[in-house]
Amino acid sequence: MPKDGIGAATKRREDVRFLTGNGRYTDDINLRGQAYVWFVRSQVAHGKITKLDTSDAAKMPGVIRIFTGDDFAQVGGVPCGWQVTDRHGKPMLEPKHPVLAQGKVRYVGDAIAAVVAETEAQARDAAEALVVDIEELPAVIDMKAAVKAGSPLVHEDIGSNLCYDWGFVEENKAAVDAAFAKADHVTTLELVNNRLVPNAMEPRVAVGDYDFSTDHHTLYTTSQNPHVIRLLMGAFVLGIPEHKLRVVAPDVGGGFGSKIFHYIEEAFVTFAAKQLRRPVKWTAQRSESFITDAHGRDHVTKIELALSKDGTFQAIRTETYANMGAYLSTFAPSVPTWLHGTLMAGNYRTPLIYVNVKAVFTNTVPVDAYRGAGRPEATYQLERVIDKAARELKMDPIALRRKNFVTEFPYQTPVAVVYDTGNYNATMDKLSEMADLAGFEKRRAASAAKGRLRGLGVNCYIEACGIAPSHLVGQLGARAGLYESATVRVNATGNIVVMTGSHSHGQGHETAFPQVVADLIGIPAENVEIVHGDTANTPMGMGTYGSRSLAVGGSALVKATNKIISKAKKIAAHLLEASEEDIELKEGKFSVAGTDKSVDWGSVCLAAYVPHNYPLESLEPGLEETAFYDPSNFTYPAGAYACEVEVDPDTGKVTICSFAAADDFGNIVNPMIVEGQVHGGLGQGIGQALLEGAVYDENGQLLSGSYMDYAMPRADDVPFYKVDHSCQTPCTHNPLGVKGCGEAGAIGSPPAVVNAVIDALQRGGHDVTHIDMPLSPSRVWAAMNQA
Amino acid sequence: MPKVTLRVNGREVSGEVEGRTLLVQFLRESLGMTGTHVGCDTSQCGACTVHVNGLQVKSCTTFAMDVDGAEVTTIEGMANADGSLSVIQQAFQDHHGLQCGFCTPGMVMAAAALLKDNPKPSEAEIRHHLEGNICRCTGYHNIVKAILAASGQDVSAIAAE
Repeated sequence: MPKDGIGAATKRREDVRFLTGNGRYTDDINLRGQAYVWFVRSQVAHGKITKLDTSDAAKMPGVIRIFTGDDFAQVGGVPCGWQVTDRHGKPMLEPKHPVLAQGKVRYVGDAIAAVVAETEAQARDAAEALVVDIEELPAVIDMKAAVKAGSPLVHEDIGSNLCYDWGFVEENKAAVDAAFAKADHVTTLELVNNRLVPNAMEPRVAVGDYDFSTDHHTLYTTSQNPHVIRLLMGAFVLGIPEHKLRVVAPDVGGGFGSKIFHYIEEAFVTFAAKQLRRPVKWTAQRSESFITDAHGRDHVTKIELALSKDGTFQAIRTETYANMGAYLSTFAPSVPTWLHGTLMAGNYRTPLIYVNVKAVFTNTVPVDAYRGAGRPEATYQLERVIDKAARELKMDPIALRRKNFVTEFPYQTPVAVVYDTGNYNATMDKLSEMADLAGFEKRRAASAAKGRLRGLGVNCYIEACGIAPSHLVGQLGARAGLYESATVRVNATGNIVVMTGSHSHGQGHETAFPQVVADLIGIPAENVEIVHGDTANTPMGMGTYGSRSLAVGGSALVKATNKIISKAKKIAAHLLEASEEDIELKEGKFSVAGTDKSVDWGSVCLAAYVPHNYPLESLEPGLEETAFYDPSNFTYPAGAYACEVEVDPDTGKVTICSFAAADDFGNIVNPMIVEGQVHGGLGQGIGQALLEGAVYDENGQLLSGSYMDYAMPRADDVPFYKVDHSCQTPCTHNPLGVKGCGEAGAIGSPPAVVNAVIDALQRGGHDVTHIDMPLSPSRVWAAMNQA
Repeated sequence: MPKVTLRVNGREVSGEVEGRTLLVQFLRESLGMTGTHVGCDTSQCGACTVHVNGLQVKSCTTFAMDVDGAEVTTIEGMANADGSLSVIQQAFQDHHGLQCGFCTPGMVMAAAALLKDNPKPSEAEIRHHLEGNICRCTGYHNIVKAILAASGQDVSAIAAE
């Protein structure tokens, strides 16, 4: 194995360009003759456009053209990529989503018109001069009010604000209700999973270009999945066939889900570039990102856990209202359903589960996947209700969890999915050691001596990653396959370029993927380079989200590399005048078993491209292979997390004293990158628990619409984290045995923080059983002083 | 339009600007130096951090005209003269102090300003100094660790490599 193969903490090669200012992000791209667009957006949450007068604006300096909804009357709307079927077998309600508003606005931020001018400043100035009259309609903000009879409708034409009423598993409902009716103990918890704004540091940008001589469109965009954008925008919105449309997502400054989706601005710049025959660029202002990037979470949930006297879980029943916002974003319907309901078993043997989800339209920004997507919502409610149950039954919360752990694998959950492997006691053991749980009491006493309330919160999580088996997601309503692809191109002198359908926007593919290829062949990783992010250069791939890059994209990479090795062995057999079965590949050298005859990797590659001595009658020249990989199951990373907090009883301020995470990600390719992914997830999860929250007023104004108002973790809000990934139960169904690590931290950490704060308050004599996130000082203080 | 002349990374540059042109716009659009980034519009995120006459400033809230005649250093000017990574840049790579790279230029500029005034900062001092720089990827762990390491302090006791 080369020293920089699988398992090596190889430093990232992409860092050099990022550290020297040589990254190439979409906003760094400027095309000759480029014009700029500024979108005129609705400042009210709900209303009819009664007047739209562009005449003064059109006369402003530099204005090239002003587009309105009329220009898009014949253009398709933005499609939704997932159709959920409700409890009664009916398809979800699916409203049209026009590129520019057609007579009505449905959220603050909805695009009404687009001003294209010579400079961004001129476009912005002209946008100010545009006259828009809107007859305001009552805004629908609260989900439970939205589904009551007589509520104003976000979309009159579909007749209801209830997108779907989903039951899972519907056939289990009666049995679950019966189990609750005779349970020894039922713990009930009502909670809110707070609405979040993903806030990748790079705002979204889109640059459209059109070559009239070839009728060829190019879109440069901040995307996690350029092929998906090409397919959605080309086929459904603008009617551009794939061979006439190239989508490039160069360096992308973070995504966290928010850059999966196809947004109207991408369609606009592509459309306008053709209309104007010049490139058109849009760069979001951060305040614009807040009201246009899809938000995350926003669930209101009631969860009930039925237990026997000894603490055995008997049944779970949940009812959730899930906010869809004003339109269905690309994968929005799947998040509260198939990415949430299927995870409600958690790490536990609960024989009966029923999950009800009501997805609701409101006059707010569309809501879709954000780091974890559905799984944090499942984990949070489950791990919170277990803690509450432990308290009610006067049981140790860790012991209660251990008592109910799944211990035998594969495990068929009552919510469809089958866990292939895991060892939840092992991660809990590891956590106890690394977090020094035994020493908590001493630390608590020390905090108490300073007048602080110290608490310990522990929880587990499981997630389903590596989405997904296409045949399965197809049955569940996905309008896409979810495979991944890789082309391995071996050059004549033996170095390799890999074209992957995955996309890196911080995950380090350019470093980790070569480690895999290098390991399989036995050459240095530096001889392997990764190309990604350009539909012109990469095979059709579904991109990066759901912790799927290595589990799915990496598996495609292994498949393609194995095809290369198989062919190379045939060439080596010819060169060595041996039988193919006798050829062994070790450390970049092909040898004939049991002999000293060998030929090195480079010579075989050269023979493939200079086939003077080559079996041309049976083998094509060249050495390039493509593979597509479609997994047979999800992967199931799991772990146990512990958080210790101090609460200042005078102010309610929560300080994170320590955070420990013991994860099982299966096999690890680059431990340095894995740890970085966990750190980042913990940062976002702690942010959700303590700081973050998108807040709308009753009129639909986003009150937390800038970095002045929306609190994200800063360096002094978080501690150094303790992370461990030594508990490894390799995935049983992909060739690398990997599971995915990108979302774990964000999934597992919010309940640990909240459990810790509740623990601190309880130990401090406050009868507080729950506080909704974010646990701001005012909320904590109010809870302490009311109870 | 008024003209400004300044030295950027030791090189004299000049250009015409509007009164409202921000330093970051001048750097990115007039000079094509796109290493300095814009992550917000309220002067919170720090991705646009540069040094003006040796002081750490946010170039998104500085008018280009206000720095006429100034000495400006950007991320493009931070590597060693031979093009190799500086101690701070190298520490960020060694300790995985960046992921998507978007906030990174600002983080490096902030770290350089801190270490100039405080060559051996404590963990708390580093975290406090970075209050004006937001990173969404790293959870700050490896950024703080990298800055400690860049200051020559032992980071081996900090969990995880």
